[in-house]
Amino acid sequence: MAKVTNGAKNGDPIEIVNVQDDSRVYNLYESREKIYTRKVEGFYQRLRLFTGWPLLLGYFVLPWINLDGRQALFFDLPARKFHVMWLTFWPQDFTLLGWALMIAAFALFFVTTWVGRIWCGYSCPQTVWTAIYMWMEQAAEGSRNQRMKLDKMPWSINKLRKKVLKHCMWFGFALLTGGTFIGYFYGIREMVVDIATLQIGWLAVGWILFFAVATYINAGWLREQVCLHMCPYARFQAAMFDRNTLIVSYDTKRGEKRGPRRKSQKAEDHGLGDCIDCKLCVHVCPTGIDIREGLQYECIDCALCIDACDDVMDKMGYDRGLISYTTEAELEGEKPTIWRPKLIGYGLVTLVMAVAFAVTLILRVPLQLDVLRDRGALYQQRTDGWVQNIYTLKIINMDNADHQVTLTVSGLQGLEFEAPQDIKVLSGEVRDVPVIVKIDPELIKQTANKIYFEIKTDGDEPHQDKHESRFFGPLK
Amino acid sequence: MSDFWSIFITVGTLGSIIFFAYVLIINRKTTNKPGETTGHVYDGIEELDNPLPAWWFWMYILLMVYGLGYLAYYPGLGNFKGLGNWTSKAELEADMDANEAKFAPLFARFREVPIEELHKDPDAMKMGQRLFATNCSVCHGSTATGAVGFPNLTDDSWLWGAKGADIEASIKHGRTAYMPGFGNVFNPEQISDISAYLLSVNGIKQDDQAVAKGRGAFGQVCFACHGDQAQGKPELGAPDLTDKVWLYGNSQAVLEQTISKGRQGIMPAFNDRLGEDKVHILAAYVYGLSQKK
Repeated sequence: MAKVTNGAKNGDPIEIVNVQDDSRVYNLYESREKIYTRKVEGFYQRLRLFTGWPLLLGYFVLPWINLDGRQALFFDLPARKFHVMWLTFWPQDFTLLGWALMIAAFALFFVTTWVGRIWCGYSCPQTVWTAIYMWMEQAAEGSRNQRMKLDKMPWSINKLRKKVLKHCMWFGFALLTGGTFIGYFYGIREMVVDIATLQIGWLAVGWILFFAVATYINAGWLREQVCLHMCPYARFQAAMFDRNTLIVSYDTKRGEKRGPRRKSQKAEDHGLGDCIDCKLCVHVCPTGIDIREGLQYECIDCALCIDACDDVMDKMGYDRGLISYTTEAELEGEKPTIWRPKLIGYGLVTLVMAVAFAVTLILRVPLQLDVLRDRGALYQQRTDGWVQNIYTLKIINMDNADHQVTLTVSGLQGLEFEAPQDIKVLSGEVRDVPVIVKIDPELIKQTANKIYFEIKTDGDEPHQDKHESRFFGPLK
Repeated sequence: MSDFWSIFITVGTLGSIIFFAYVLIINRKTTNKPGETTGHVYDGIEELDNPLPAWWFWMYILLMVYGLGYLAYYPGLGNFKGLGNWTSKAELEADMDANEAKFAPLFARFREVPIEELHKDPDAMKMGQRLFATNCSVCHGSTATGAVGFPNLTDDSWLWGAKGADIEASIKHGRTAYMPGFGNVFNPEQISDISAYLLSVNGIKQDDQAVAKGRGAFGQVCFACHGDQAQGKPELGAPDLTDKVWLYGNSQAVLEQTISKGRQGIMPAFNDRLGEDKVHILAAYVYGLSQKK
C-alpha cells in the first residue's frame, strides 16, 4: 500500500508502509506537515481579488467613517450601546443580533447547498488573511521551491534575515488587524491619538496584542488547521451538499489514466487520459489535498487547482476543465438543476426572515417604557379620601435626539395622576419618573384594575410606547 | 467547610486532573493504522481512526498546567486559601474604592454646596433620585409620599424640622420617635374625648362637649410634648397635631389606639452605609421634594 503524503512533490520518495507488520505502533497525534503552496494565477484567483479586497478594505476603512458626529460602526461596551450606521442598539435589542446571526446562518446554508463552500474559498476571513500572509511569505522568502530549500538549509545570516523580515511583516499586519478590531470598540480616532500620546490604557493594549497574536497564529501558523480542526462550519457545510451542489471536482473519466507524456505524444496511444500528473493541483492547494482523490472535507472550494490545471491544459493544447466547478450529477451526465426542495426551502426561509428582520428594524421604536409598581403597599389612603398607587416609570430614549415626553394614564374613569411637569429624556438616557396615580375609591369596582401608561415624544414624528400595569384599591 | 469535605474536594479535583493526564498520556499511541476504521459502525457510517493534530495534545497539557496554576493561585481546593489570597469581598472592595475615586471630584463639588442650593442642581438631583430609589423608596415610596407609619416627604409637615441641616441629620444619624401609651393614665372616655378634640382642631366637626373635655385632658398631659396648642415640637420629634397630616391615619379608632397604646417610629441611620457625601445629596433631594410646590 502506497501513500502519497500531503505536500509531497514530484519526485519525492513515496512512503511505503508494510501492512503485514501489525506490531507497528502509531502516534495518535500527528504533527502538522507544513504546506508549501505554489503561487498560481488564473481566472478564479483574479475573481478572489474582487471578493477579498472589498472585505479587507471594509474591515480596515469602516471604523474610520463618521456619521452624525460619531463613529458609524461603534460598539460601546462600557455604555452598552451599539451604533450601527444610523441605528443605535441597546442590550434589549440583542434578540435582533440573534435573528441577524440566524439569517446569516440560513443564507450560508442556502449558498452552500447551491454553490458549495464558496464562503470558505472567497470570503472567509481565515482565507483572506491567510492569502495575505502567504503573499507576504512569498515576498520575503521567495517561491515554493525557494521556501522549501530555505527551510532545509542550515541557519545563516541570509536565512535569518528572510525569516525575520517575514515575521516582522506578519506581526505588523497582525497588529494592524488587532488595532483596527479594538478600534470598533474604543473609537478608532481616539485610540490612534491615545496610542500616539501614550495615553492608552493597559487593558486596550492587552486586547490589541491578544487579537494581534491570534491573527499572527491563525493566518501565519495555523492556516488550514483552523479549517480542518477548529471551524464548525467547515464540517457541517458538507451536510448541505447534494448531487447538484457546485463542487470543485476532477473529471476522473477524462483524466485517467494519468501519466506524464510529451506534448507531441498522443495520449490515446499510451492509454493515458488528459491528466499529465504534474501535481500542480496539489502544490497550489492551501489545505494540502489532492483533488483527484475526490471530494474531501478539507476542500474549501477556492479553485486554485482549477486555475493551475487550466493553465497546464492550455499548455498541453487540451480542453480546459479537467478540474472544474461542476456537480456530481453533471459528472454523471445529468442536467444541472436548481429546482431542489432543500435549496428552495433554505432560500425561502432566508428570504422570509430577512424581510421580517428589515420590517422589524424599520418599525423599531427607539423609545421604551417600563412600569414598576411600588410593592411596599397595595394602595395608600390619602387624607382627601382618595386612594393612590405609586409607580416608577423607566423611560428609555434609544433615539439619537433628546425628547420631551408626554405621559397619559388611562384605563379607569376618573383616574388622575401626579407626575413631574417636564419630562425630558436625553438621547441614550434611562430616566426614572416616579408617578402617583389616584382615584376616588367610589369609582372603582374591583380591587385590582388594569391601567395603561402611555408616553409620546414631541416633534413631527412622535414615538410612542405603552405599558400595562395594575391599580389596587380597597377590597371590594 | 469541615476537614472531610475539604480533603474530599482537594483529592477529587487534583485526582481527576492526574487521572485524565494519565489517560491522555497512555493513549498517545495506537496499533490501529492511520486511515483504518476503529471497527465501530453506526447506520453504515464507519469511524476512522485518523490521528489528531499534535497541538491538540499540547493544548490538553497546557490546560491542565493552567488549571493547576489556577488552583494554586485562587481558592479552589477545599479550605486552601490560594497563594494569591484572593477573595470576592476584597475584589468588591477594590471595585468600590475605584468607583469612589472616580466619583470623588463630583462629590467634592456637591459637598461645598449648601442643601438649600444643591436641590437646584439637576445633576445632583438625578443622583439624589437614584439614591432615594435605592435606599429610601422601600419605606417612603418611589414618590416619597410615604405610607402608614412612614412620613410623606413631599409635604410641608416635618416631624424633626424643615431646615436642610435637620433633614441631613435625620438621614445621617436616624431618628427614634417614641410616643408612650396612655391607656393606664386616661380612662377610655377621656381617650375618646382627646381624639374628638384632635379631630376638631383639624377641621373635622365633633361634639362640642367632648371636644371641651378632650382639650382639658390634653392640657394636663399631652401638651408636655405636643405643645399647648397641639402644634408639636420638632426638637422632640413630637408631631404637629393640627396640620391635617396623619402618620397612622385619622379615624377615631386609630387615634384612640395611638393614645392608649403609644407609637414607635424608627428611621435608621444611613451614614455608615452611604457616607457623608451621599447623605448630603440625598438630603438636598428630600429637601427639594417639598420646595417644588
